[in-house]
Amino acid sequence: MLYRLVENTQLTATVWRMKLEGDTSAIKAPGQFVQLTVPGFYLRRPISICDWDDTTITLVYKVVGQGTETMSAMKTGMELDVLNGLGNGFDTSRCGDKPLLIGGGVGLPPMIGLCRQLLAEGKHPTVLAGFNTESEVFLRDAVEAMGAPFVLATMDGSAGVKGLVTDAMADLDFTDVCACGPLPMLKAIMNATDKPAQLSFEERMGCGFGACMGCTVKVKGSYKRICKDGPVLDREEVIW
Amino acid sequence: MKDLSVTLSGVKLDNPIIPASGTYGFGQEFLPYYDINILGSLSFKGTTAESRFGNPTPRIAECPGGMLNSVGLQNPGVDHVIAHELPELRKVFHKPIVANISGFSIEEYVNCVSKLTKEEQVEILEVNISCPNVHGGGMAFGTSPEAAASVTRAVKEVATKPVYIKLSPNVTDIVSIAKACEDAGADGLSLINTLLGMRIDLNRRKPILANVMGGYSGPGIFPVAVRMVYQVTGAVKIPVIGMGGISTARDVIEMMMAGAKAVQVGAANLVNPYACKEIIEQLSIEMEKLHIDRLSDIQRV
Repeated sequence: MLYRLVENTQLTATVWRMKLEGDTSAIKAPGQFVQLTVPGFYLRRPISICDWDDTTITLVYKVVGQGTETMSAMKTGMELDVLNGLGNGFDTSRCGDKPLLIGGGVGLPPMIGLCRQLLAEGKHPTVLAGFNTESEVFLRDAVEAMGAPFVLATMDGSAGVKGLVTDAMADLDFTDVCACGPLPMLKAIMNATDKPAQLSFEERMGCGFGACMGCTVKVKGSYKRICKDGPVLDREEVIW
Repeated sequence: MKDLSVTLSGVKLDNPIIPASGTYGFGQEFLPYYDINILGSLSFKGTTAESRFGNPTPRIAECPGGMLNSVGLQNPGVDHVIAHELPELRKVFHKPIVANISGFSIEEYVNCVSKLTKEEQVEILEVNISCPNVHGGGMAFGTSPEAAASVTRAVKEVATKPVYIKLSPNVTDIVSIAKACEDAGADGLSLINTLLGMRIDLNRRKPILANVMGGYSGPGIFPVAVRMVYQVTGAVKIPVIGMGGISTARDVIEMMMAGAKAVQVGAANLVNPYACKEIIEQLSIEMEKLHIDRLSDIQRV
């Protein structure tokens, strides 16, 4: 399906925000992703959905290679071929009253749509974000605009709590966890709390809709395709 | 009205478009995108005797004009396929099915063929002796004429449906292997499987794929596939299903002009879930431009 690029703004040295206009009816849950065709590249690029409304999708992405580099140079007005609403996303009905939403670096974007959804359901989410240093921080304003608490941890202590997200967790009161970020961060969170958790995983993908088996991982008792059966897995099924 | 129908060993297909094994699962993932009954047939995910997880991830790498995969025959095993996947596929798909079969020994190929040949709606048995992503099997049977012939003879003993042997391009002389399969009783051939390739991550200074090497597919391999189909169909009498990088209706026509009786579409399904639908819709239009009334008339130029 075709979408019109209406915004492509740089947020930090490596992170950009892209807004696409088009049909968003395929999006069923926060934490789903899109597969974006980037001119000049054969495979689509899987990017998590940061937030959406009836006509717009917001993607916040990090430039990590040639594909995302090309994305960052795209001009507004151009049309993009996008497969929308892929993956399972977070199940907000399984969240408690005070969910802690943890995003590590570029794992933060899906927490925005999730936070908005939880607030709409009358729950009381807190967003906890981990970065290396203050200049890397993004999306703080998006969380605060929704009226949700935003807790920050930076490795060098230049903003918020000094250290890892797990160092900031100790002082927070929460019922359960939704998290997205690097694997070592997810592991550390699991060591820091026994509470229920939905975790979003990343894997190199082929198709993004379950056909190629390119992103399969072993979980307890079976296999799962990160693109189709994930990217969100329950902590109880993950093999660490 | 253009005639798109083709016949493979007595099996009539409404059109020559068959999604290639490993790029289409058991059809279910494409149901949100279109009615899969527009397809000529469907070659399902390569099935082995026992269930297989396959290789560790990353299993996918990009390259110009295509992709590498090192999935490694992930599948739930033949008994599960017969008990679960095939019944689910039959609910939504009412055209002939191509059963794709892999193995690590002649006994395993025979075991799978003897089970799948009994399955309703399975009209063609496609025996893959060319998977580049598994050790001690797969491609090992596809790289020597003698080994290819012995697999062919063994599965023909138990098969009650036409047997098509899927050949590897990773050989010095594909024609000698094709002829060995024909002499051993193969009803047809499928070619080509993926080309063995490799990519290196410059930052990590390590191979991108966890399994180091993988199979290259996509439009970049199309000329290689056309050449091999042309060579093989010039040397054997049995029908050939042509595949390798087909992405457009014009590619289909070119592959059939090279000698293929039908075609499979692989990697294109993964980057565009509508690929087969768009190709089928475009075929009549391209035939009109090229003054072709019956697709089956153009085989082999």
